Amino acid sequence: MKQYRAHLLVCAGTGCVSCGAFKIKEALEKEIRKRKLQDEILVIATGCNGFCERGPILMVHPDGVFYQQLKVSDIPFLVEEHLIKGRPVKKLMYIPPEEKEPIPKMKDIEFFKHQRLIVLRNRGRIDPEKAEEYIAFDGYEAMGKALTEMKSEKIISEITASGLRGRGGAGFPTGKKWAAGRAAKGSPKYLICNGDEGDPGAFMDRSVLEADPHAILEGMVIGAKAVGAEKGFIYIRHEYPLALKRVEIAIRQARENGLLGEDILGTGFNFDLEIVQGAGAFVSGEETALIASVEGRIGMPRQRPPYPANKGLWGKPTVINNVETWATVPNIILRGAKWFSALGTKTSKGTKIFSLVGKINNTGLVEVPMGISLRDIVFGIGGGIPGGHEFKAVQIGGPSGGCIPAKLLDLPIDYESLTEAGAMMGSGGMIVMDDKTCMVDIAKYFLNFLRDESCGKCVSCREGTQRMWEIVKKITEGKGTEKDLEVLEEVARTCKDASLCGLGQTAANPVLTTLQYFRHEYEAHILDKRCPAGVCQALIRYVVVAEKCTGCQSCKNACPTQAIKGTLKDVHLIDQTKCIKCGACQEACRFEAIEAQREEAIQII
Amino acid sequence: MAEKKKLRIQDLAKIREKTRALTTIRGSEGRAKVTVHMGTCGIAAGAREVMEALLDEVRKNKVQDVIVATSGCAGLCNREPMATVEFKGQPPVKYVDLTPQKMRKIFAEHILCGRLVPDYALAIGSETVY
Repeated sequence: MKQYRAHLLVCAGTGCVSCGAFKIKEALEKEIRKRKLQDEILVIATGCNGFCERGPILMVHPDGVFYQQLKVSDIPFLVEEHLIKGRPVKKLMYIPPEEKEPIPKMKDIEFFKHQRLIVLRNRGRIDPEKAEEYIAFDGYEAMGKALTEMKSEKIISEITASGLRGRGGAGFPTGKKWAAGRAAKGSPKYLICNGDEGDPGAFMDRSVLEADPHAILEGMVIGAKAVGAEKGFIYIRHEYPLALKRVEIAIRQARENGLLGEDILGTGFNFDLEIVQGAGAFVSGEETALIASVEGRIGMPRQRPPYPANKGLWGKPTVINNVETWATVPNIILRGAKWFSALGTKTSKGTKIFSLVGKINNTGLVEVPMGISLRDIVFGIGGGIPGGHEFKAVQIGGPSGGCIPAKLLDLPIDYESLTEAGAMMGSGGMIVMDDKTCMVDIAKYFLNFLRDESCGKCVSCREGTQRMWEIVKKITEGKGTEKDLEVLEEVARTCKDASLCGLGQTAANPVLTTLQYFRHEYEAHILDKRCPAGVCQALIRYVVVAEKCTGCQSCKNACPTQAIKGTLKDVHLIDQTKCIKCGACQEACRFEAIEAQREEAIQII
Repeated sequence: MAEKKKLRIQDLAKIREKTRALTTIRGSEGRAKVTVHMGTCGIAAGAREVMEALLDEVRKNKVQDVIVATSGCAGLCNREPMATVEFKGQPPVKYVDLTPQKMRKIFAEHILCGRLVPDYALAIGSETVY
């Protein structure tokens, strides 16, 4: 391998790619060639670095300098200053909000400082399209160990002792699942990697698939030896093109190098993998539905037991684990169960990846030890709420999860504590909401998603999600009654109790938790016909606050329906008959002179 | 891994040995660090050629645990090209009036064998930084 004096690692996760990472990479390569440095400096594309808010991102090694929000026009200066003259460029570094001095090194930045990387250890560090870079950082070492030094039973007992639990949502002990798969009678046996990530705002699996595909392959080979499988499938959504491409490349490289296929590493062990593309249905994340989809049938769950470990793909014993779970396995085998279980809480060991989105300063992907408090994630790593707003709640676990209110901010996060609070770990999506978020509107949003995604097999879910959505929609329109809340709760409980799979059983969570923690907001919509957050359009009207209006005409220009009247430097007025309540005027106003008021409130001129 | 030969278990360690430079650089920690001062003065005095000689030696000797870096003017413009050699836990050594040949000698003596080259050295230690 050729040696270079510096490595430039351009983040090429989907987030950074969509804000121009490949253009940055191109510009870097061009500038480096122009200065004849191509034999000294290497430019590579890595997987998601995690700090998506600040993309496009570039890491410069050996210094470990973190550059962010790069533009193509910054590149010539950056190359000249940092790579020729050795002077890191301050103006392209990260400056924390409300501070003046930039932080040059990634390891000193608050967002990265508190994370513990196990699954994401190679993120932003290797080129995911090169097997040798994965091997350089101890890749396939665990697989070698498992294939030559460990018996199947030993692998399973190590995984069991580590306390690893399924990272897909339910948290079933992985060792137990593998033991069931090993004990099951039938041949052949199959493995499946569940990469069907469908929750709005979640991108943990995608990032692992993009940043470190070989880790998943390695985990699966280890699992195959433990369970006794010779064939596996990786199920990835069609709408993850970059993940699909990188996993395809990884499988091809692994086969070519004898890391997959027949006689792996000369040990005589055989295992091969195939990618299955999913069309993108939320319910296919459920294991029996996913199996049906792999078989080419409609993704619909079935009754369990029999569990897939006994009767799965084509009726054969099948062990199915989530992307993150598989990628955790090599770390445990290499470093030992004790090392892994030293992190986390009594019942939940190791680390968990969360995607941090919504009303939060540092949008991105974080890996933290189990047991960390929500406060540490939202205010420590996440950097708090933008625009001086107040934290209201965090929706955790996607549409099947629930809203955790501010009073539970110090809750240590693990599988049990979240379930107790009415939410669930889910795959790890966290949507942060501030005081401008209406909780009834949020419940409506998730119900709308779920009524679309319900497969329709169970009446309680098919009709339940639809009826719940209708009731909540009615409430947001100001037509709700007190009786509606009773019916809503009843339907929610029925949906939870009578549905077959996880989708239906958890579909009511957004309703039940918002009712539990934010009942006053529902009541405000029903009794006072008022939306406290000023979101629900039917219940608000936009008015100009005369004292604050400077007559600058920004709102007038922004209004798509010409509903705003007023001449320059005079107080403006909104014609309510023309107003479509789009909120464009409020966004355009720099003086906070436009308020969302209750519909009945009369504007006094 | 251009060859399509299938890997055996012992090959993993060989690949790791061959790619150690990669982990050294990305971990930002090597056995030693050589900084070539590349301010305008350094470049004008021939720092570019010194850097090329240094990289050539690194590659020829397949040295995997040395970090090569650049930095700005060291403040002693009339003694450029300059380079600083740092071993972990030891005070840095500054070399002055370098040529590619001198750089090659420093590499062979100091970096490979750990023997300082007094003829080319200016000083040991760094300035106090407040």
